[in-house]
Parts: sequence; structure tokens; C-alpha cells
Amino acid sequence: MNGFTSIEARQQLIIVGNGMVGHHCIEQLIERGALGRFQVRVFGEERQRAYDRVHLSEYFSGSDAETLALGEAGLYAGHGIHLHLGEPVLEIDRERCEVVTRAGRYPYDQLVLATGSYPFVPPIEGSHGAARLVYRTLDDLDAIRAAASSARRGVVVGGGLLGLEAANALKSLGLEAHVVEFAPRLMPVQLDAEGGAALRAQIEALGVGVHLSRATQAIVAGEDYRYRMNFDGGEFLETDLIVFSAGIRPQDALGRSSGLEIAPRGGVVIDSACRSSDPRIFAIGECASWNGSVFGLVAPGYSMARNVAAALAGEDAGNFTGADMSTKLKLLGVDVGSIGDAHGATPGARSYRFIDEAASAYRRLVVDASGKQVIGAVLVGDNSYYDTLLQYVQNGIALPADPAGLILPQSAGAPALGIDALPASATLCSCHNVSKGAVCAAIDNGCGDLGELKQQTKACTGCGGCAALLKQVFEHELIARGVSVDKSLCEHFAYTRQELYALVRVEGILSFDEMLARHGRGHVGCDICKPTIGSILASCWNQPIMDPSLVPLQDTNDTFMANMQKNGTYSVVPRIPGGEITPEKLIVIGEVAKKYDLYTKITGGQRIDLFGAQLHELPEIWAELIAAGFETGHAYGKSTRTVKSCVGSTWCRYGVQDSVQMALTLEDRYKGLRSPHKLKFAVSGCTRECAEAQSKDIGVIATEKGWNLYICGNGGMRPRHAELFATDLDDASLIRIIDRVLMFYIRTADKLQRTSVWRESLEGGLDYLKQVILDDSLGLGAELEAQMQLVVDRYECEWANALKDPDKLKRFRTFVNDQRPDPGVHFVRERGQRRPIGAGELHLIPTTEEVL
Amino acid sequence: MSQTNAAITVQAQHWQAVCSRTDLIAQSGVVVWFDGRQVALFYLPGHATPLFAVDNRDPKSGANVIGRGLVGELKGELVVAAPLYKQHFCLRDGRCLEDPQQALQVWPVRISGEQIELGRC
Repeated sequence: MNGFTSIEARQQLIIVGNGMVGHHCIEQLIERGALGRFQVRVFGEERQRAYDRVHLSEYFSGSDAETLALGEAGLYAGHGIHLHLGEPVLEIDRERCEVVTRAGRYPYDQLVLATGSYPFVPPIEGSHGAARLVYRTLDDLDAIRAAASSARRGVVVGGGLLGLEAANALKSLGLEAHVVEFAPRLMPVQLDAEGGAALRAQIEALGVGVHLSRATQAIVAGEDYRYRMNFDGGEFLETDLIVFSAGIRPQDALGRSSGLEIAPRGGVVIDSACRSSDPRIFAIGECASWNGSVFGLVAPGYSMARNVAAALAGEDAGNFTGADMSTKLKLLGVDVGSIGDAHGATPGARSYRFIDEAASAYRRLVVDASGKQVIGAVLVGDNSYYDTLLQYVQNGIALPADPAGLILPQSAGAPALGIDALPASATLCSCHNVSKGAVCAAIDNGCGDLGELKQQTKACTGCGGCAALLKQVFEHELIARGVSVDKSLCEHFAYTRQELYALVRVEGILSFDEMLARHGRGHVGCDICKPTIGSILASCWNQPIMDPSLVPLQDTNDTFMANMQKNGTYSVVPRIPGGEITPEKLIVIGEVAKKYDLYTKITGGQRIDLFGAQLHELPEIWAELIAAGFETGHAYGKSTRTVKSCVGSTWCRYGVQDSVQMALTLEDRYKGLRSPHKLKFAVSGCTRECAEAQSKDIGVIATEKGWNLYICGNGGMRPRHAELFATDLDDASLIRIIDRVLMFYIRTADKLQRTSVWRESLEGGLDYLKQVILDDSLGLGAELEAQMQLVVDRYECEWANALKDPDKLKRFRTFVNDQRPDPGVHFVRERGQRRPIGAGELHLIPTTEEVL
Repeated sequence: MSQTNAAITVQAQHWQAVCSRTDLIAQSGVVVWFDGRQVALFYLPGHATPLFAVDNRDPKSGANVIGRGLVGELKGELVVAAPLYKQHFCLRDGRCLEDPQQALQVWPVRISGEQIELGRC
């Protein structure tokens, strides 16, 4: 650890502020080896270590303080850096070169101010308590959450970037959200009038109220809600809470009190080396003012942090020369982009505009007086144009003959900017300032793996917005170097999944060891090839996955036949075929959940998920469920999940077929089928499609004459409508065709490839698939059906199988030498159920009862 | 932070039996309670070093799950993949392949007759 020069020889470096920019500076100091020169102390006003403020609204949609935290928890301590959290610096004593906190005085040789900014709250009469919330820190968010718990409606004052983020946060807390903006449009800094109008239309369509050109005069008691905001001109709006997001101000109080030069509009004045008027003191990020400007984005702050870290490390530090304020965001789910001179303020600038009032989309391209260069752009509704436009602006690429093509809908044949056209100086990743040249250099030095490339260059490890561009450049450069892209599964098998499938089937291979010995390298395999081959073996031969030779192949969820959650406990999902369940069985699920204190939630697939079971509880839970007639739901497997259904003709006045019966038939047939990825089905009883079958891998919709089959749909991350594959089928034909489609998918798909992606990558497309399946052009039909029948015949509930075998149950022990549960698992109660404790709530831990 | 990484090569002073050989699961992991610590034991019969003992706590998630990870071999090193975020740790020295900031403590471990013993140093 102490390979440094002796500690005494090191200078004292103090960093005031542990936000994103302060943290980045420390990461850079570590990376550049500056800790050999400095003993570093960091002071943070907040209780939490540095966290990702850009994604703050995720705090209300599932993220906790620990997921938002930047860097590993032990990073600072591991490098001997002293972190003082919750200890604000009260004063900088520049004469004695010491900082003062309530705990004492600390000397410095060099000091970095990274104190950020604070939200500006306009002085308004009656603004206090829940009518004076702000949106900046995790503590602010906790205050908003507390105020929201008894609220129906919330208002954000300020329609800028942060204001809309705050509105999103209110929305995710379940409030009716409104935005009040002083200017006549939303995001006045980044957008022009038409862009603001398009954004307003999209946001209003999401149910957020937008009130423009409104100045709040006073806040008084409301009639229907807690407060009433009185606007200029006599109008008013009532609300239960008010969040102010009307801009930020540099947190320059320490600079002011210690007599550093302060800019007229606030901020510690810095030069191009980020030095303040005191050469021992640097200022970076939003507390600094360069050339009269404060930069309220993270990228310029990072750039200052890099410069300062380089200077402190004794490197040749570049100068800070201002920053590109272009931004690409998703606000309330709406794409918004603003590049360069978005307002066309440059003399002689001319614009091209595309307005789609139907979809509320807007795009503007600003070109210079000569008409040869792009100097700015505004995008609302679709940011897919952003990367290309930004490259044009940043690299001064000459405009194509028809510039409007750059913003017209892409079906109109937009001239795509080839990767070749990007100069080596083009910035691919603006978070970490990685150029195309740096990426190419890494590839030249032998980097042939995208993950490794990200690690080496740091590209795409910030906001991730450049992922698509980076991948394109990477693949383009590899091909340009004549490198064929390696399709090997992993270092142990030089085959694709499809090739491995063929080998297993043709040679009748029954075990991983046999496969590895005949076609692989090494004696162990890895976490890529073991589950892949485990899945292929199951798809082909369907032996119980708990057989001793198969167990070590499964990923942890398959191994323990339950889904591991973030705290190491499991969720349990019994199969509820077609979503149909008797009251007796429903009661059993309730009783089991109650007995084991499991968090209970209804899934999208018409089942019930029971969360929070520890490893050793799984067999007892399953014994009770199986005794009541349940089977495993395979929620843990890459396999058939559910067949969702509507009630169909038995109850519904519109139903034309018995969709529940068909769902039961399908679920019973395909349950336990293992495949390259999960499989979801649905059956709708009429064309109204209440079961949403067109978003499933296999979707069946009843017609007057039988069934229509849709295939390869998907919900989730990249939704895709299923395509109509065959119409008016009788029951037997429907099942025969599904047998063939699924087995052909299992035979030819790549690992972890959903049917939707498989279908899109299939050469020949839907027509080819129809030829193979419906016309049997490859003569495979009978074989595919027979393979499916083998899997169906061998079905056995894996949990029932495991419970019969004491040897298999040996694995279900939290500790093999102790009866206690995992003492590291803690729960808190919320809305009448327990849930895992968040990292920020550790102080809430009740004293644990140790069961010995 | 990672002084313990070399523990496996250090001669243990005291050995303590923690479980029996039949508690182990071939090519896979189990967890033992060891003086207030959770230690994952990985058993690879037929391998030059058949038994490894590493910390059960996953530093990335904070959950005690390493013993339930999948065992594999990467570039000649035996590794376990953490079940939640899939980062790999060397069984031999606890080093994390993806992130040098993360490391697992390792313990000396041996098979003594039918007993499995963990060492202190």
C-alpha cells in the first residue's frame, strides 16, 4: 500500500465538496498517480458520498442512494484518502493556509473548491415548508417524498431542464404534476419557440400541466388543496406542495468570505488553468466562473477536474477553453436535444425546420451565413438525429447538397454520415473526452473487444449516450483492418450457439464434460458456455436440471430454481396456467406468503410473485405449494414463462373462442421448455385483444373460424409488434405450427436472443420463415415436431423432483454448518409488507435477532 | 485493503474444522459460518487444487451471495462469477478481474480426512 514516498514528504491537498465534479477530480488524481505527491482530504457537506445527480429522479423509481453512488464504497479509504462527510468547511484561513470545520483546522498546500451550486428560490411571500421545496440533493428528495405522502397535486416552479426532471419525479411519486414557467416557453435556454411548443404538447399529453408566462406573486392557503399560488394578472393554481427549480447559483460563499475574486454574476473567478485569484486555490465545476460564465452541466465540470488533476500530478495540463453546452436528454420520456447555436443568434445564420404537429415532433438545423457549416440544432421528439448533427457541428464537416435531409424523417432517405467522414479529432464520448483517434489507437494496439475498449479508453463509461456510435466505430474500424469479427461463444468453444446445438444433436451429446472434451478447450468452462450448453442440453433432451452432472452448469437462478433478488434472497413464482386460479389455491398462496412473511406482487404475466425467501426456506415453501397442487413456474429459467389470457367466450359478450382453454393447453404443452431466452405467450378470445398477444413471442387471437397466430413480438426494452403468421387455424394445426416455430428458433437462435431479434436477423425474413414452417421447404417439419414431443413427454416439475431427493436438497442450506439465516439480510416494512432495506437506510436496522 | 490476498500461500497457524467433505458440492460452492464470517467453499475434485475458500460477501452488491456463483476458468485462472452482476473473482487470491478495487478475502483451506478445515494465520 505504501509504495509511495514517505508520508511526511507529501503535500496536503484538500478538496472541498464531494459532488460529481469533486469525485471525478479524485478519480483522476488516483489514475494519474498524484497520490504519491499528496495526502488528500475531502470534505463533503452532505451525509452521502458522491452520487450521480444527473440521474436523481431515478431515486423515486427504484434506485437507492447506494445505486446512485459514484465509485466503490472503499475507493477513497483504499487509497488512503480521508473523507469527511457531513462536515462542511466553515472558513478558509488563507493566511495560515488552513480550512476550518466544526471539528477542527486542517492545513493545506493546495486547495480545490468543488462546492457546486445551490438552487435559486425567488423571494415569494408565503413560501415556506412544503411550499418551498427544492430539487438538488438526496436530502431534498427525501423532503419531497415526505411532503408528497399526503399530497395529491404538486407544482414545479421553473420549466427548464431541472424543473422538468423535478416534474418527472413528482409524477413518479404518483402526484398530479404541474410546471409553472416565467418565460413564454419551456426550456427557454435550449429551445426556440417552436421547439418549446412541441415539447409542451408532448408533456401535456403525458398529463403534466404546463403554465407559461406566469410569475408567482404570493402563496396563500388554498381551498381545495393546501396552498394557492397567486399569479400576476389575477390567475391562481392550487397545490399541496411546490418545488422550486428556477435556476442555480454558484456556491461561492467560501470564496467570498475568504476574499477570492468573485465574478459579477457569481462564481469564483478562474483562469484557464482553473486557478482562482489565490494561486494555491483551484475552483472547478459549478462554483467556478470562467470568462464570465458558470457551466451548469457535468461535462465542463469534468473537463475542469481533469485539467486540475493533471496539473497536480505534475503533468502538462491543457487549458480549459470553455465548453460545448450541447445536450441530449430524455425529459419525462420525451427526447430533447440542443446543439450549439440553437437559437440561430449568429449573424447571418439561416435555419431549416421540420414540424410534425401530429406527433408533436420538431427539428431545426441552423447553418452559418455561407450555408456550408452546421452551427446549431434543436430536436424535440426524436434524438436519433443528435449524434450525426453534433459531429457536423463539432468537426466542421461540410454540409451535404441537401442540408434539410439531415433533419427530415429518415424514411425520406436521409444522407447518413458515414463513420469514415469523422476525423480522428472527432469526440465520440464527451463525458470522458475520448476522440475517434484514441479509439482507433486502442484498436491498433490490439484491443479487439468492445468491453475491453470501453475499459481502456473509458469511452461510454459516463452517461452511456455514445454506446451506439462507439460500437459502430469499433466494428467499422475492425472491418477496415481486415479483422473478421470473432463469433466464438467464449474462450472455451470456437463455435456459435447454433453450431453447438447442431453438434449436441447430431452427436447425441448428453453432458457438458463430453462436449468440452470433444469440442472445447480446458477442463472447467466458464459462466458463458456452461449455462449456454446447459440450456441446449435441456432443449434437446430435457433431463431434470437438478441432476448432479447438470447442476453446476446452471446459472444461480436455475441452480436454486428461484429468482435471486438484489439482497441475495429469492422470489418464488408458482405456475398459474392461463392466469386461472381457484379461491382455494389463492388462499394457499396467501397463507404461504403470510407464514414466511413474503412480499407479494401480481406479475404482468398473470401470476403471483413471492419475494424475500432465504435459500433454506425454498424447499419448505415449495413443499407446501406442491402439496396444494402447484408446480414450478420456471420464472427463473430461460424457458416458457406464462400464457396470458382473457376470459374469452365463456364469460365475455364479445368472445368468439374459449381463450382460457387454449391458454391452458398451450401452457401445459410448453411448460418447462428451455430455449435461448425466455418465452412469453398470450391468447385473446376476440379481436379486441385484451390479452395483448401481439406483444408476445407467441400470440394467438381468436377469430370466428379458429385462431390467428402471431409470432416474434416483444414488450420490454425494445417493443416489437408480433407479425401475423397464419390465419383461421384449427386447434391441432395451431399447435403443430407453434411446435415447429419454437423448435426452429431453439435450433437456430443465438444465445440469449429473444424471438424478436432472432426473427429480425433471419435472412429472408418472414417469408423465409413461412416457407420453412408452413410450406416445409427444408423438409424439417416432422423432425421439429418430434423433437418438441420428446421434450413435452419428458416434462417433470423440477421442484417436485428435487423434493423427492435428499441429496438435491443439501444445496438449499444458507450455511452448511449452521442453522442461522443470513444475518446480512435486513428488511423494513412499507405499505404493510416487508422489503429489502436500502443502503441509505442502514440506520433504520432493527436489532437483529439471531436464531441459533 | 488487500493484504489478505496472499493468505493462501501463508502457512496457517491454527486449523479449525468447519464441515464435512459430504457437505461439499462438486464443481460448485457451499457456505460455512466461520467465527462470525461467511466463507464460501468451492470444490473442484480432480483439479490440482481441489478446494478454495473465499469471502461470501459480494463487494459490489453488498449481498452474501458469492458461494452461489458459477465456477469457471478464464485465461487459465479458476474464477467464480458473482451471481448478481457477474463480475469474476479469482478463487486463488480473491482478485476481481474487472475491477481492481474489488477483492475478496481468501482463507487457507484443506481436506483433513473427512473434515474440511479452515486456517487462521
